[in-house]
Amino acid sequence: MIDQVLIPLLKIVIVLNATLVAVTYMVLLERKVIAWAQSRLGPMRVGPYGVLQPIADAIKLMIKEDITPVRADKWVFTAAPIISMVPALIVYAVIPFGPTINLFGRRVSLYITDINVGLLYIVSVASVGVYGIILAGYSSNSKYPLLASLRASAQLISYEVAVTLTLVSVILMAGSLSMVEIVNAQYNQHVWFVFAQPFAFAMVLIGGLAETNRAPFDLPEAEQELTGGFHTEYSGMRFALFFLAEYANMIVVSSVVTTLFLGGWLPPFPNVGALHFLYYVPSWAWFLIKSFLFLYLFIWIRATLPRYRYDQLMRLGWKVLIPLAILNLVVTGIVKVMLL
Amino acid sequence: METQTVHHGAMFDTDELVLNMGPQHPSTHGVLRVVLRLDGEKVVDCDVVIGYLHRGIEKLSENRNWTQIVLLTDRMDYVAAATSNVGYCETVEKLMQLEVPRRARYVRTILCELQRIASHCLWVGTHAMDIGAMTVFLYAFRERELILDLFEEFCGARLTYNSMRIGGLPLDIPPGWAKKVLEFCTIMEGKIGEYEELLTHNRIWLERTKGIGVISGPEATGLGLCGPALRGSGVARDVRKDEPYAAYEEMQFDVPIGTNGDTYDRYLVRMEEFRQSLRIIRQATEGIPEGPIVGKVPRLIKPAAGETYHAIESPKGELGYFIVSDGKSTNPYRFRVRPPSFCNLQGLRRLVRGHLVADVVALIGSIDIVLGEVDR
Repeated sequence: MIDQVLIPLLKIVIVLNATLVAVTYMVLLERKVIAWAQSRLGPMRVGPYGVLQPIADAIKLMIKEDITPVRADKWVFTAAPIISMVPALIVYAVIPFGPTINLFGRRVSLYITDINVGLLYIVSVASVGVYGIILAGYSSNSKYPLLASLRASAQLISYEVAVTLTLVSVILMAGSLSMVEIVNAQYNQHVWFVFAQPFAFAMVLIGGLAETNRAPFDLPEAEQELTGGFHTEYSGMRFALFFLAEYANMIVVSSVVTTLFLGGWLPPFPNVGALHFLYYVPSWAWFLIKSFLFLYLFIWIRATLPRYRYDQLMRLGWKVLIPLAILNLVVTGIVKVMLL
Repeated sequence: METQTVHHGAMFDTDELVLNMGPQHPSTHGVLRVVLRLDGEKVVDCDVVIGYLHRGIEKLSENRNWTQIVLLTDRMDYVAAATSNVGYCETVEKLMQLEVPRRARYVRTILCELQRIASHCLWVGTHAMDIGAMTVFLYAFRERELILDLFEEFCGARLTYNSMRIGGLPLDIPPGWAKKVLEFCTIMEGKIGEYEELLTHNRIWLERTKGIGVISGPEATGLGLCGPALRGSGVARDVRKDEPYAAYEEMQFDVPIGTNGDTYDRYLVRMEEFRQSLRIIRQATEGIPEGPIVGKVPRLIKPAAGETYHAIESPKGELGYFIVSDGKSTNPYRFRVRPPSFCNLQGLRRLVRGHLVADVVALIGSIDIVLGEVDR
């Protein structure tokens, strides 16, 4: 009973809450890091160094008037943010924050579940999120959101292909779709896949940026062109859901990249005896540190780079990333067959 | 705006989409309204609608005396107010054939060039911001702040300076000001490199600006483009060189020109103008002569009947004033401005045709307009 229901339930509650807190603090982190990059201070007023800013933001968004445009398709308009938010959250079910450990005399795994199609589950669930954006743009019955949602769907579909193809080469390396098994494979093969698959790593990172609509691929939002893009007509909490979904997706992408390429919860060079003292740091801490590095990188990129144009973005996806992904897959396959 | 059917073959005909950009839009630099006719994301045609900031400055000026008009010119190009002041004062001086002391002309040159840097800072910031590079914006504003501080010390204001008088300057430069200007030049020198590091060789920036809005030299001249927008197309027209005013004939500087006439060349031209401006400021500040700051100006300014046109090189291009005096009243009979932003904006329609929505904002940034000047 405890093992079957209570512990999983507890884990779900913890992960869900931790995610939502992390997402709100991501917003603060982003504002702070970008501010530092731009020689500003960032939020400083709410709490010391602005640490309570996310709470103030949340209160503001909740008490704001929730406007539905008269000519909007009301049901779809309401459903869109939810469709966008839910997939971003349920993806966390298969992300391994750590291995199975002993906790209060019980064997507890530091992930909600480990299914044997973990990676496939992530890819397919995450791609449902795009419907939220498309429907938001369509139901707003307004021109800017419509243009943005067309951009978003084109972008997400084309980058989905590139990223998934690249992921296949990682699966070839690990021999499993299970997230936990992929980490174990990196331990058993004595190498993080970032060293074995550097191209795949770079491509997943770029594709991940594009899939989460982050700069320099933030075309569907492009404030300067489309005045906020697909969420132009949204306000209050519904707008906040889109916002949170974007950041939740960012965390998903960095967690997935960490798991696939940086050995998940493993410390650096897990098989080197001289570095075994690194195991004193808890496994989940390693996972969080590595994921944080990627989140920081995403923010850093946003502060630095200009935005791609729609056609250039598609060209990069179809003419560069997809052929490279296929090439990488073929080479990985050949090497794999030759070595075994 | 009338839409037409776009023919892709009988079955796939689509309708054009009319998209209204502005007057409330983050990238139209104020209250410009652009009505776009789109085929997908491609711009088929556009209509530029102006007038949202019209205050009737030209007509107002006909009911103000000659000295009061200086302050109205502040409100035209409000990011380069000192340049507008200088242009107006010189036009009246030309009309009255007044001699301006050399010291005043030097200070005017320094102010004009500082203003050019301030205006270009705002341009590079907003232009980069439109293309998505937001850090440059704050870097550029950081340096613009230094210039505003210098202006504040000189005349007490930070935006609308009212910093000129007919025949010279209202005040002499404060003690130690020249040294601060030179210090600023040293700081700015390094900061330009910072902007360039973020943009000039950035691949995304190159892809976004190269080959966008290409216009040839003769065509640009034909459309009446001026300033960096014209020089980007390879036409070396600069009023500072061609018809020197203030103390420009005593200054050594180059006029940078582009080759391809695209957005990137216009960007490069302005980046080089930063450096040339610093060069001019250094020369003028180091060589500033002693002497009076106001020439022999009659107590009551009342030019004899006549008319004159005088142009200066504002940061945006050729800023011309056409003034008619009837010789009887203390007001101008007719006051007319040739604003560079307005003339450059004429080119927008030609530039955006065939490009994408994202390029429209890049091009609005590229021709560097200020709506206060367009509408007056």
